[in-house]
Amino acid sequence: MSGTVGGRLVRLAETGREPIRFLLDGVERTALAGDTVLTAILTNVPALRQAEFGPERRAGFCLMGACQDCWIWQDQGPRLRACSTPVADGMRLLTRTREDWP
Amino acid sequence: MTVPTEPRPELHVVIVGAGPAGIRAAETLAAAGLRPTVIDEGARAGGQIYRRPPDGFTRPPATLYGAQASKAVALHTAFDGLVAAGRIVHRPRHAVVALADGVLHAVGDGGSRRIGYDRLILATGATDRLAPIPGWQAPGVYSLGAMQIALKAQGVAMGRRIVLAGSGPLLTLLATQLLKAGAEIAAVLDTAGLRGQIAAVPDLAVRPSFALQGLAMRARLGRLYHAGVALEGIEATDTGVTAVRWKDAAGRVRSTACDAVGLGWHLKAETQLADLAGCRFVYDATWAQWLPCVDRMGRAGDGVYLAGDGLRLLGADGAEVAGRLAAAACLSDLGLPGPDGAAELKRLDRLERFARGIARAFPWPADQVRALPDETILCRCEGITAGAVRETAACGGAEANRVKSLGRAGMGRCQGRYCQLAAADLVAATGGYAHAGDAGRLRAQAPVRPTPVGAWLEEE
Repeated sequence: MSGTVGGRLVRLAETGREPIRFLLDGVERTALAGDTVLTAILTNVPALRQAEFGPERRAGFCLMGACQDCWIWQDQGPRLRACSTPVADGMRLLTRTREDWP
Repeated sequence: MTVPTEPRPELHVVIVGAGPAGIRAAETLAAAGLRPTVIDEGARAGGQIYRRPPDGFTRPPATLYGAQASKAVALHTAFDGLVAAGRIVHRPRHAVVALADGVLHAVGDGGSRRIGYDRLILATGATDRLAPIPGWQAPGVYSLGAMQIALKAQGVAMGRRIVLAGSGPLLTLLATQLLKAGAEIAAVLDTAGLRGQIAAVPDLAVRPSFALQGLAMRARLGRLYHAGVALEGIEATDTGVTAVRWKDAAGRVRSTACDAVGLGWHLKAETQLADLAGCRFVYDATWAQWLPCVDRMGRAGDGVYLAGDGLRLLGADGAEVAGRLAAAACLSDLGLPGPDGAAELKRLDRLERFARGIARAFPWPADQVRALPDETILCRCEGITAGAVRETAACGGAEANRVKSLGRAGMGRCQGRYCQLAAADLVAATGGYAHAGDAGRLRAQAPVRPTPVGAWLEEE
């Protein structure tokens, strides 16, 4: 196997929910109403962010708000914890910090 | 900016946590005529074990909670009923991050607030107990609890081909739940050997139906399940996990291809708030962790009561009992009539005997941790290696808080929740101590969750 291509997560149930759209690194993506930000991102791509203290990407770990591995940036600045924040229509999420940020 | 202080009733009991322990504690207090406040991080009450999906999800309780569905529904119904009747105050999506002098500091979506209390019941639950293995920082490695939450609350599997590894009841349960939901499981790797599991049978027999359910699940896993495994490492590319390397009980090296790994060794009590509240702790060798000291009802002293997995890792049924007992103790101390708890105490003894049997059957893998190669990442938050922890302990002193101060193990954003037990083993080994408990106890610090600076600002 050569790692994950496309999304990491697999939907096994509850697929009849309303689709919603959000921007991930400027690209329009689709999620389902009721998804967390973590689910929304990881059904589209393999990782949430770059680790600050190592070379690897990160994709969350505990999903219960304890490990703090899944904090990501939004385009307008504030960060959010992906596992405990519901995704909302029109969110502009980043898996990398913007290059024009100091 | 000011931090508002909530108006409060004359006699205010606050419960932190709305899992099985917190719900039963709230119900017991409400039955005695009090109006407690329940603060919880979740959007809906139930805790992690009986976590409810968001609105718009349609799977029935039997699908979500299996054989425990009726218990889950009973708890949800009881809690929602109390809230609807105005008999308790529910503060969902709020994390208590600090407490002192009878005031809690809670942070939620709408900012932060101070909540005063006369009595405090902490029902803070537990997290997965994690042992690092080489490569566990790769994307696609999750705690077992994370994988169960993903399935229950989001209807997703964390990968297309999953290896589950570690030990404890959740290992088998989660494998069964994922298979039933249609996920592909490549292997279930248990670091506990069969001999230790069999030795625990007399204790496990005190809850025969529970023990048999576990055995039946195990049997259905068939050849996917391996006991007595040594985990060697996780292989990954930039996009994530590709395989787990392990040795089977006969010592043969194996490699199992996968794109996700679930790891966990039973549970670790979430004790930070109990620590800030001034509770005394003792190292418990059976559960291989520091646990708060209380009397049999859950009294920690100074108006603080503990219940549920944040106190003793008895599981959901034990948490319901402990929640009722802590509330009964609180009522009795306030001079109010309440249940006497004698029958519940008997039940608790039986549940504790079973839980200690489970803890012995599926032990913390101390030898595996002590043998970790120096280059293994121990702290996922800041990339601190096992070698760095050993070196810090050797140079700066073999004590948990010193190693944190000097080497940052336990100072990252999870505040040591996922590395402190492994770090304690490495520190103890470096100091020449036989037991991890001899390495000292890592003290909790407020805020117990990362908190925006704005939550602490006050107007002059």
